[in-house]
Amino acid sequence: MASVNVFKPKARLSNSNILFLIAAVIFVVMYLFAIISFPNSFLQFQTFFDLFNLNAPLIIMTLGLCIVMIGGGIDISIGAVCGLVTMACAVFLESKMGSVWGAVLVALGIGIAFGILQGYLIAYLEIQPFIITLSGLFLAQGLLTTLHKDPINVTMPAFVGLRDFDIVIAWLGTKNRLGVFIPSEIKLGTVIVVVLLVILASLMKWSRFGRNVYAVGGNSHSAMMLGINVKRTIFITYVVSGLTAGIAGFVYIMTTGAGNVGNAAGAEMKAIASAIIGGTLLNGGVGNLLGAPIGTLTLLVINELIRAAGVQSNFQAMVSGLLLYFFIVLQSVIMSLRDRRRFSIALPPWLRLSGKEQTGDQREP
Amino acid sequence: MHKLTKSFSHLVLPISVMTLLIIINLIKGADYFRITMVNGAFYGNIPNILFGASELVILSIGMTLVTAASRGQDISIGVSATITSAVFVQYVLQAGEVTLLTIVVGFLLSCVVGLFLGAFNGTLVSVFKVQPMVASLILFTGGRSIAFMIDGKLSPILANDISNHIGTVIPGVPIQTPIILTVVFIALVAVLFKTTNLRLYVETVGINPNAARLNGINPKKIIFLTFLIMGICTAVAGFIAVNKAGRHDSVNLLKLIMMDAILAVAIGGNSLIGGKFSITGSIIGAYTIEMLNRTLLRLEIEPATIKVFKAVFIIILMVVSSPVVRVFMKKALDRVRTWRLSLSQPKESALSTTYIAEKEEE
Repeated sequence: MASVNVFKPKARLSNSNILFLIAAVIFVVMYLFAIISFPNSFLQFQTFFDLFNLNAPLIIMTLGLCIVMIGGGIDISIGAVCGLVTMACAVFLESKMGSVWGAVLVALGIGIAFGILQGYLIAYLEIQPFIITLSGLFLAQGLLTTLHKDPINVTMPAFVGLRDFDIVIAWLGTKNRLGVFIPSEIKLGTVIVVVLLVILASLMKWSRFGRNVYAVGGNSHSAMMLGINVKRTIFITYVVSGLTAGIAGFVYIMTTGAGNVGNAAGAEMKAIASAIIGGTLLNGGVGNLLGAPIGTLTLLVINELIRAAGVQSNFQAMVSGLLLYFFIVLQSVIMSLRDRRRFSIALPPWLRLSGKEQTGDQREP
Repeated sequence: MHKLTKSFSHLVLPISVMTLLIIINLIKGADYFRITMVNGAFYGNIPNILFGASELVILSIGMTLVTAASRGQDISIGVSATITSAVFVQYVLQAGEVTLLTIVVGFLLSCVVGLFLGAFNGTLVSVFKVQPMVASLILFTGGRSIAFMIDGKLSPILANDISNHIGTVIPGVPIQTPIILTVVFIALVAVLFKTTNLRLYVETVGINPNAARLNGINPKKIIFLTFLIMGICTAVAGFIAVNKAGRHDSVNLLKLIMMDAILAVAIGGNSLIGGKFSITGSIIGAYTIEMLNRTLLRLEIEPATIKVFKAVFIIILMVVSSPVVRVFMKKALDRVRTWRLSLSQPKESALSTTYIAEKEEE
């Protein structure tokens, strides 16, 4: 007997997918609203690409944070680690033996070192993640100010070339007022974001590690009963998060080209906010990595909208807070409606990240 | 004696850390405990620590309760304190003549605002079942702008005698006023816990909300109540902070204090995922953090590297107190004890093991 796959279109969605769907719908609505209210700026492709170009570090950090949050932990050291990496790279590039590849190695090394330290303390010594990553934040900030206090502008030719490198898309662009065609440009950071997104999302969807992270975040005790190495899984999530923070630091200095004490300060809170808007819960076990960039972009589109509307800068923070309130309440209401089983939608199977496809698979006798 | 050691076992960590810091300070200079009299008030290292940590102590009391009941942390406390103190400052500045009544009414008004902010976070956490950290992220994002709008202009100045006295010293009283206010607040909290069942209820809800509900305790109400208490705490802390500073800086007032408050709760031996709590531990933890900060300054470490030392200290502290290391140490200690017992009493080792067990219990 051949196995028959029966796909049920009305299969219930998992929590990860429903939250991702909400985030995606909100982002699309938000962007459509922006296009309607400011058609001549938001209709340009360059505006959309600039969201990626300028905020690539934040998206990369959010990706790492999402993995940690799905595993049931939290990492608030990422912003400080990112800042430390920018300064370390700047100091290294300005020194005599500076080279771009060396700087990449420095960035990855610092990120992984922080990840290993924090991951070991949290996973194997069972210390509360908030406290350890908080001291990681202090440590990174302290090392940053110890390393160098004044802003450094990197002038190394090879690096400047890398900084100013743009990928020009000749067939996509807009005409300015004089009728001159300006093609769209993409920075290298955007490419790194896309590559990382693909790698990490497929890691979480298809690899054994990804499934383990979901299991551990959902219920670490039953995950242990099932034979999953809980400690190693948690450890790896923190290492991945440190690694992404290191990459984010390098992308940051590739965008701005300068090391500064205030680089990426407070980015951890922005990353947490975007992860939450993207549908990752702090409890663990629920989340979708594709939601990470969507959450970040939603937050950024809000800010861009407020800036475009010319509102006083004070309102910007207040309106972001208000919208955060709106998202959080909306998520909560939909989740509680779902618990009462009054709400169900289906998502195409290729978008479902956390498994549980309702396919009837007849076994051979 | 046994009962006493059991009820104080959770305080071992904060007290031993404090002792360690005092020893370091005494090695640095023997005059650590010296108290001098300046203008009729006590000054010195210890009064300075008590003075400097007053807001942190008050906020860590509220944080302990929130952590115990809702299994999460409120990160908006510094921002809430900024908003409440902005209301207080505006009320005092609008009143033409500043009397004691004005200050008291202003303080009560800021308490009402604090209750409102607490209710905002509490509703999100208890009714909408949002995690506390996420719920307070909203105020954390937008709160400082609200305070800035209440201020109207950059950092209004509180220039009157009464605020000055509250921030520093009342003439004739030898102790700085923030210390007195902190002690009064701690006493009020102690009375609250002695006279009501709040501690039991909060612990029950923190350990298992569903079991609490089945036993007739409404978890939503209790969680909401802890957030209201948190609101009062932020109002008091904001009141003290703004009177200390003498001006209201809505950007930097009590910035990043939530990190220190959470740290104080953790150093006090409390679990950050709810359940049993010890407010005494948190208070000692808060004073320990202030002592640590001042010790690092006293050791003349470069300001740029202070944070590194602080981080390393916290990491070592958490490693020593982590469950894995604790179990390991206990086993090692037991092994040493039995070894020593068998060494010191070679003849009695041949006796029955129950006799040795009895010996150990003594």
